[in-house]
Amino acid sequence: MRRTLSALALALVLASGLSGAARAVGLPSEMLRDPAQEARAREIGRELRCLVCQNQSIEDSEADLARDLRRIVRERVAMGESDRQVMDYVHDRYGDFVLLRPPVTWATALLWGMPVLAVGGGALAILLVRRRRGAVPEAPPLSEAERARLAALEDEAGR
Amino acid sequence: MNRRLLMLAPLGLVAAGGAGFYAMLRGLGDGSYDPRGVPSALLGRATPAFSLPALEEGAPPLTEAALRGLPAPVLVNFWASWCVPCIVEHPQLMRLAREGVTILGINYKDRPADARAFLQRHGNPFRQLAQDAPGRVAIDWGVYGVPESYLIDRQGIVRWRWPGPVTPEVLEQDIRPLLRRHA
Repeated sequence: MRRTLSALALALVLASGLSGAARAVGLPSEMLRDPAQEARAREIGRELRCLVCQNQSIEDSEADLARDLRRIVRERVAMGESDRQVMDYVHDRYGDFVLLRPPVTWATALLWGMPVLAVGGGALAILLVRRRRGAVPEAPPLSEAERARLAALEDEAGR
Repeated sequence: MNRRLLMLAPLGLVAAGGAGFYAMLRGLGDGSYDPRGVPSALLGRATPAFSLPALEEGAPPLTEAALRGLPAPVLVNFWASWCVPCIVEHPQLMRLAREGVTILGINYKDRPADARAFLQRHGNPFRQLAQDAPGRVAIDWGVYGVPESYLIDRQGIVRWRWPGPVTPEVLEQDIRPLLRRHA
């Protein structure tokens, strides 16, 4: 057990170290001279999905296509385009799929609505349970005869 | 009665989820559902303007003009000599070419010598061949991997896109009906 745990810990450490090393845009040759522009390009790149690896942004991916898209983003930023224009350029070619934050449409309504649905559903469940608990009637006070019988039983038990 | 219905609700949810998963697994099995597939943004739109150098030296460049006002729909195929699925789909392309279908090839991020050697070995199904070494035109088309095939109708509108190799099934079930519909 302990061995499994330490192996797991080691794996975690390695994985985090590796993912740090795998940050693709460490290469100075890829970066823009102007740090402000480079920061903007990075922000844009983080919003764009790498279409090869799919669960990484193009900023994090080593894939060839991601590198090409990073270069395109930087070229367009350097040309003086706004963030919106650069995003539109890529969106125009690869559709909604390339956006890591998909737009709200009928097709994505369930996706975006899920947190509200989940929290709302939970709240409703709690409300229903609490109301039912509150609905349990308070026991009526004991009558004279019942009290006498209870005393008798307690007496008997105490003896 | 009301309460009994409420008790059945979780069962209903599980049944619905199960049906959903079953449909997904079936789709994965027969290839109609691909969770990693990137839908093409080019469908129903005209092919983007481009100009690419020909693979053969001295041949004229390939431009979007080659895809306008055609006597029949054409297939545009992005491929590379280093791409293994391209070998898998090659016999299907050869078959279409023998039947007279026009296929235009765009050689993606490849060395011309390697591309020529590939065609010498496996045959050349392409009416015209261009090279896209930087891969920029491929990005304009929304290509995210080779091979990728596009069916262009006679007006130059993209009607169909297939990411991945053209298998015999894709040829029979998708390409042939499309060729007939857009003839």
